[in-house]
Amino acid sequence: MAEKTVYSEPLVKTGLRQALLAPVRLAMGLVDIPMRGWQKLTGLNGMAGVFLAPNMLIFTVFVLLPLVINFLYSTTSGSAIFLPNRTYVGADQYRILFDCGSYLDPSTCAADTFWAAVRNTAVFVVFQVTVMLIAALATALILNRELSNRGFWRAVFFFPVLLSPVVVGLIWKWILQREGLLNYALSPFGFEPFSWLSDRFWAFFFAVFVSVWAHMGFYALILLAGLQAIPRDLYEAAAMDSARPTRIFRRITLPLLMPNLIVVLVLALIRAVQIFDEVFVLTGGGPGTSTMYITQYIYETGFASSLRNPGLASAASILMGIVLVILTLVQLGVSSRNEKKGARQ
Amino acid sequence: MTRMKSIGAAFAAVLLSSVAAHAGDVRIMWYSDGNEGEVVKDLLSRFSKANPDVNVILDEVSYTVVKEQLPVQLEAGQGPDIARVANLKAPAQHWLDLRPYLTDAKYWDDNFGAQADWMRPDGSNAITGFMTQLTLTGGFANKTLFDQAGVEIPGPKATWDDWAAAAKKVADSQKVFAMAIDRSGHRVSGPNISYGANYIATDGKPAPLDQGAKDFLSRFVKWNEDGIVNKDVWVSAAGSTYRAASDDFINGGLAYYYSGSWQIPGFAQKIGDSFDWVMAGSPCGSVACSGMQGGAGLVAIKYTKNPKDVAKVMDYLASADVQKEFAERSLFIPAHKGVAAGQVDFKTDNPHVKAALKAFVEAAGQTAAPAVKLPGWKWSDAYYSAIVARISQVIAGEMKLDDAYARIDEDIKAKVGGN
Repeated sequence: MAEKTVYSEPLVKTGLRQALLAPVRLAMGLVDIPMRGWQKLTGLNGMAGVFLAPNMLIFTVFVLLPLVINFLYSTTSGSAIFLPNRTYVGADQYRILFDCGSYLDPSTCAADTFWAAVRNTAVFVVFQVTVMLIAALATALILNRELSNRGFWRAVFFFPVLLSPVVVGLIWKWILQREGLLNYALSPFGFEPFSWLSDRFWAFFFAVFVSVWAHMGFYALILLAGLQAIPRDLYEAAAMDSARPTRIFRRITLPLLMPNLIVVLVLALIRAVQIFDEVFVLTGGGPGTSTMYITQYIYETGFASSLRNPGLASAASILMGIVLVILTLVQLGVSSRNEKKGARQ
Repeated sequence: MTRMKSIGAAFAAVLLSSVAAHAGDVRIMWYSDGNEGEVVKDLLSRFSKANPDVNVILDEVSYTVVKEQLPVQLEAGQGPDIARVANLKAPAQHWLDLRPYLTDAKYWDDNFGAQADWMRPDGSNAITGFMTQLTLTGGFANKTLFDQAGVEIPGPKATWDDWAAAAKKVADSQKVFAMAIDRSGHRVSGPNISYGANYIATDGKPAPLDQGAKDFLSRFVKWNEDGIVNKDVWVSAAGSTYRAASDDFINGGLAYYYSGSWQIPGFAQKIGDSFDWVMAGSPCGSVACSGMQGGAGLVAIKYTKNPKDVAKVMDYLASADVQKEFAERSLFIPAHKGVAAGQVDFKTDNPHVKAALKAFVEAAGQTAAPAVKLPGWKWSDAYYSAIVARISQVIAGEMKLDDAYARIDEDIKAKVGGN
């Protein structure tokens, strides 16, 4: 015998509620008439268009249109802001960016700081994403264990994510400057005060370190969610088979965490390519241009420098956009492959 | 119907009141080096009491905002109604010609005429604003550190090399940095000119970097390599970002600091009697002992909706009494000819401040001809930016000096070509 579904009576059924809902019902009724008419004319797909229209309008005005304008900018030169006042130069800005003796040696390029920024960004992305993945995974594994005060520790690791990147940059700048906390802490051990952010190696090291410190909590959280979704009985079975922890990690944790790890990898990659705020506050792009990344190059070239060239900055941002689109497509491809794989299993 | 009329009337009243609220607004973008923000606020409050129909809003911002954000606003045909700027000539096409709106344009010509050309398009006779103060670059020595090290402060005709040697001795003895020069193209241009540099070609466009500039810049790079100059100041940023080393001097960590007269109010406030300091003029190069002239100007912006009110505020701020009080309280060298010619009683008991101001006024007489021309030259900021960006790369070890010279010329050429 089929089970009978029992719908409970509304808890509050007052005249006031009816009165409040009346105009809503009236409005819905009024909207319903043209909607039904529209649906008859266009079918379901047309209706989807109606519901998507407001969103598409916002997307067009705030995303698509600026993209098109940015592209148009990249075909112009001069320091004027209004597009009609700018000189059309075709692909000249792109030619300047790609005018290089050797792409591996920025000093041979017409836009030497652009290629220095590209090289710096590539190196930063490799190091930062690798360190970020390892650190986030290690943190998630630790936080997944039966720790005392586990909630507190989770909060501690997540806390830097809540800070504004500018605040993160300032905090670490105060710590690392010549009269900062780090030198003060090292002085009892006989270390002379050192300008950490004026040295190329250490400036790069701390750019990576600080950005990992600031964002790791977010990625650790994603991985922690993935770890908690792994069925406990798999671990219990492995324990009964006396499997070693490393083997359990390699054979159970890592494969089952792979979808989350891929999401983290792609998100971290995109974020690393866009790195700007905390490093800009921390090092200002120095020493020299050693921590100047592509976003800062665009900012400097388009806005900050007296040698301002919005056209060149736009061309550089279009190129950066292409890289980000490729990374996003990779993410979408990998996600859909995982979904299909999951569905097959 | 009556209700509809009431609603309509209320709506119209709100609209009208909002328009009325904006009719007399005069927004000023202002940055401060010392206490001049407080002084001008006080002066403007008096103006507001006497002129309730004009609503003056003083937006106090950092120098970086004026340097980086105002030009973008101006290019978009926007911005405040009045702005205090140091880059006066290059954006001159955005300044408003106040001449038709002023009560007495002759007063302006007579008292601010000497620097009027610094802030108007070439060939124009527009009155676009006035200099809030005149400045001159120069060096400050921490006398207490020199005394403690037993090193004599070099005399008025001492060269840059003399200063570097003396400051090094103090640094070695007192465990401080010997010298620092602000991360600014304007700052190194005085020394460059002292070694014979001339940035302006015969056609008025930028000339390639000459031997005079190279003579000083090569010294400067060497001093950075040798640790005589505090390297942190020039390598702590990429591009042409401005960095002052004033905090290092104020904290007693520098024997010699090359900056300019605008630092005096800040030193008066922050150093107090912590240590003795002196203004030590501009060290000599092989050709001159010149600092760089300059200063900040208060300019009216062309895109204002209230030019008459703007002129009213500018007329008030440019009046002799206000100018005198502003200079005396902010400890700035006045740009007003009449005020400068009279008795300026700087409001300070600090003997270092009085001596420094006197020394800067005397040093102004030694300014070399190219340094006098640069504040009114359209391309000076482009020249300064290229020097800072490239020399920083050399100091950071990214580029050889000769390559940097070539890049400076290319950067400036690209800027001239693009405009």
